[in-house]
Amino acid sequence: MSDITKDFNTEHMVINMGPSHPVTHGTVKFLTTLDGETIVDLKVDIGYLHRGFEKMCENGTWQQVIPYTDRLNYVSPLINNVGYALAVEKLIGIDVPERCKYIRVIASELSRICDHLTNIAAGGLELGAFSAFLYFVEARDIIWDLIEMLCGARVTANYVRIGGLKNDLPDNFKEKTLEVFKKVRSLWADVDKLLTKNRIFIDRVKDIAAMPPDEAIAYGFTGPCLRSCGVPYDVRKAQPYLVYDRMDFEIPIGETGDNFDRYLVRMEEITQSLSIVEQAFDQIPPGPINVDMPQYRWQSKDDVYNRIDSLIFHFKTVIEGIKPPPGEIYSAVEGANGELGFYLVSDGSGKPYKIKVRPPCFALTAAMPRMMKGRFIADIVPTFDMINMIGGECDR
Amino acid sequence: MEASVTLKKLKERFPGSILETHSHRGDDTAVVKKEDILKICTFLRDDESLLYNFMMDVTAVDYIGKEPRFEVVYHLYSLRYNRRFRVKAGVPESDCSIDSIVSIWVSANWFEREAFDMYGIQFKGHPELRRILLYEGFEGHPLRKDYPIKKRQPLIGPMN
Repeated sequence: MSDITKDFNTEHMVINMGPSHPVTHGTVKFLTTLDGETIVDLKVDIGYLHRGFEKMCENGTWQQVIPYTDRLNYVSPLINNVGYALAVEKLIGIDVPERCKYIRVIASELSRICDHLTNIAAGGLELGAFSAFLYFVEARDIIWDLIEMLCGARVTANYVRIGGLKNDLPDNFKEKTLEVFKKVRSLWADVDKLLTKNRIFIDRVKDIAAMPPDEAIAYGFTGPCLRSCGVPYDVRKAQPYLVYDRMDFEIPIGETGDNFDRYLVRMEEITQSLSIVEQAFDQIPPGPINVDMPQYRWQSKDDVYNRIDSLIFHFKTVIEGIKPPPGEIYSAVEGANGELGFYLVSDGSGKPYKIKVRPPCFALTAAMPRMMKGRFIADIVPTFDMINMIGGECDR
Repeated sequence: MEASVTLKKLKERFPGSILETHSHRGDDTAVVKKEDILKICTFLRDDESLLYNFMMDVTAVDYIGKEPRFEVVYHLYSLRYNRRFRVKAGVPESDCSIDSIVSIWVSANWFEREAFDMYGIQFKGHPELRRILLYEGFEGHPLRKDYPIKKRQPLIGPMN
């Protein structure tokens, strides 16, 4: 017996996963130290998608930042647009018209649905559930059709403006949306049947990477991952922005904070978001979508061509940029992964002095070593899916 | 009224450490001495009427030409009382360091590494202070205002 154990190689083995690995969608490197299949130590290296977002922002005008925000969480770009615009409006101290608020809520929720659909689709795919992937990517595709109708682009939306929006809702948008939602709901029910009680899926995700609520808070978890631990924190409820206080929706919470709860929370949030969009369509009032302040919101092209004062404001806002008063603010919205915060500092000039994004998945990715120690190497895949680390947002 | 509870408490408890306060646009902010950051953060987390249990964000701002040159900015959130709070501490260029708050909120770990990476501020007592978004071998700290936007970096090969 002792002879056999002598020949066993019991040294720890170091294995590198990534930065370009099929399951690490988003470029990230895991340096795992393994004892057999068990993870003894895990190091996460990020930054492979770093583009210098904050440095670029400091060298453009406030308005020129909006296209960059599309590329933060590129799965739900409209929420980033809305979050940034709200932050700059808070810095200036303006309030947008009612109709604009409703349209922003509709846009944010459509984006949130897309994000959760993508997350669950990719998560299922990596555990072998290819049909669930196809169903949810179809659902996402028809919602992208709506977003294309709304702003002309499917992914890089660039739709929201400081003090308003690029354009109003297109004709028949409500009817088209309700039609699409019927299809989305039926696809949702299909995936629910395929995954929620699927033995193979449950075995891979249940009781894996569970986090107790106090530890999740200490690690700075927000969004679905925090709510799956049983902490009902959602910025839309805690500090309602836009018109979320007028919407009737629930915040789903989990019990154990494992990967299966994260999946269930996201599934329920999809249905809640569908209902928020429908409520917004019922309540939306007619009226303007832009603030009537030519020094902050661009004039319509018609006015620019026909009125000298509008032309002057147009040149001022395009060339010099809008000029928020000096000061600093922090403004947070509920992104698809959690609290998306913007910390802005203005020195009173046309360029941002400092823009800092608080990306929700940054804190989640930082907790990967804590969640993975003592688990099998195969558990990295579902955990990393349910964390939903988005390279563009995490690395900026 | 509700929002200023934290500021009032802090001023009572640490009259000598609070240099300045403001509530611009409703964001309560305290500028504190950097030597006392650990004491103040522990108080903010543990006091029964404050309980700032979320450390949302750590970043820095480079006010070049002013003294102190850098400001480290902490954003806190209290789940119990649904309040946000901002703590700032000035860090001069000559002594570019501040105590790490990882021992108070573990979530500060990566955020402090990012601030070190981008601004070169040393966080004393940080368990693993190395670059996070940029690579080992990157020269300089790109978010400093005196770092030119078009500066080129030397190409480096793989580490081993």
